[in-house]
Amino acid sequence: MHWIDGIVQGVLLGGLYAQYALGMALMFGVMKIVNVTHGDLVVLLALIGISLANVAGLGPWAVLATLVPIGAALGWLLQRALLNRVVGNDPLPSLIATFGLSIALQNAMLVIWSADTRSLSGGGIQQASISLGPIFVGVLPLIVLICATLLTGGLDLTMRRTRFGRSLRAASADVEAAAMVGVNPRNVYAAATAIAVGILGFAATFQAMRSTVAPADGPFQLIFAFEAVIIGGLGSIWGAFAGAMILGISQAIGFRISPGFGILAGHLVFLAVLAIRPQGIFQRRA
Amino acid sequence: MTPLLSTHGLIAGYGDMRALHGIDLTVNSGETVALIGANGAGKSTLLRAIMGLLPVAPEMIRLDGQPVGGRAPHRMVREGLAIVPEGRRLFTGMSVEENLRVASEHAAKPVAEPWTLERVFALFPILREKARTPVENLSGGQQQMVSIGRGLLAQPRILLCDEISLGLAPKVVREIYAALPEITANGTALVLVEQDVGLAQRASHRLYCLLEGRVTLHGTSGEISRDAISAAYFGASHALD
Ligand SMILES: Nc1ncnc2c1ncn2[C@@H]1O[C@H](COP(=O)(O)OP(=O)(O)O)[C@@H](O)[C@H]1O
Ligand SMILES: [Mg+2]
Repeated sequence: MHWIDGIVQGVLLGGLYAQYALGMALMFGVMKIVNVTHGDLVVLLALIGISLANVAGLGPWAVLATLVPIGAALGWLLQRALLNRVVGNDPLPSLIATFGLSIALQNAMLVIWSADTRSLSGGGIQQASISLGPIFVGVLPLIVLICATLLTGGLDLTMRRTRFGRSLRAASADVEAAAMVGVNPRNVYAAATAIAVGILGFAATFQAMRSTVAPADGPFQLIFAFEAVIIGGLGSIWGAFAGAMILGISQAIGFRISPGFGILAGHLVFLAVLAIRPQGIFQRRA
Repeated sequence: MTPLLSTHGLIAGYGDMRALHGIDLTVNSGETVALIGANGAGKSTLLRAIMGLLPVAPEMIRLDGQPVGGRAPHRMVREGLAIVPEGRRLFTGMSVEENLRVASEHAAKPVAEPWTLERVFALFPILREKARTPVENLSGGQQQMVSIGRGLLAQPRILLCDEISLGLAPKVVREIYAALPEITANGTALVLVEQDVGLAQRASHRLYCLLEGRVTLHGTSGEISRDAISAAYFGASHALD
């Protein structure tokens, strides 16, 4: 039971990581951009959400409903104002630009919110759990997992079945050729980043509910997203989801072995995948 | 009469390297214009510059007499230009139908008789059978048909074709060239870059020969002599200019 419980808790944790990883997989898949601000944007959105809850008295679901469009708007702006200028075959300019922005964001958040850790009240939902036979499952992690699954499925369907998704995949395959058939790459890129950061609205709300956030937390969230994406295979949507599950399970089982070993176990699995199968466990999907 | 497309002293290149040194070219509605010249003469550069893929000054390219040079490629599509690029440049990982749909979903305002997936499949029946096949699994000829179909679904008034016969078996080349009259039937103009000079001459109304980024010969395809072409092609007369 010990191990089955570990796996169940790992899958639930993976749900949160999937919400981090989706946007990163999307941005890498379409633009070959590794957005270093990814984790900082989670923290920024979470802090905005907590402030909204405190100042305007919003409940957690109202916070979620507000953070998603705010995230989408931030993503659009980020792409238009910065990333469209540095996107290209060479991944280095975007890496440097987002690295610089990451530091600036962290400092700005420190000024606005101070270094305190904060969290978002879920109105008791954090403590609720249901029992599946002998295993207790938290209601909040279950909701997170369901949201992650729906987001992944929705994004995958969007990529495969919609006009917008086709234009994204075309731009990802050959952006110049996409422009030659009438796709405006700047719009497509801005929409991709808007979706990526919009999804972080979910991640931010749930992270703030289940744990705490502080302005300097971003790099940790970034690492988890990054590891999930690498494990799953760069740029693949369901691969990122599966990578997040593997990361979550590795951490949960590691934690069962020894509480201090949890995070490290995740890193070790990540390194093992990188060494044995650098293209990721799942081939890139079309 | 204002030509559909014209270039005026068109200069373009890559960084400091100038590949085109002042090209004047006109294309009229419904006309097929061939562009020949040795490797490296600047044919692809010319098509790319017209399509908006290389920076040029506004006055250097005119559509219906209006300056449009330097606009982004997706805006050129809206103006009625489309290109079948060198190397086909299909969207790998996507099916034949998806490749075609990306084009039809971002097309210019349809011309009189708009191109539809149905019409493209009628033009190249093999593509209907392969509609769900990822494009990377097609033969070279089939890929070229997808690339042409994609160009057509942009609903162009002018279709720029860069070496559509390159690397294809003679039978496939005939098949593709047999489709061209159907394309021009509704008034769409064609600019054909073609290595096979005989084929270029037969398939076009007028012909331009490029050498080292300059036009060394142009005229009515049926009236130009072989000697004149080979002189323009290899540069014998170029030295006398
Ligand atoms: N991407 C590029 N970067 C730099 N130079 C290029 C590039 N593409 C073509 N050239 C140069 O421009 C000139 C014209 O090339 P191109 O237009 O491809 O000729 P063609 O299509 O007639 O064979 C050549 O000297 C070629 O080396
Ligand atoms: Mg060429």
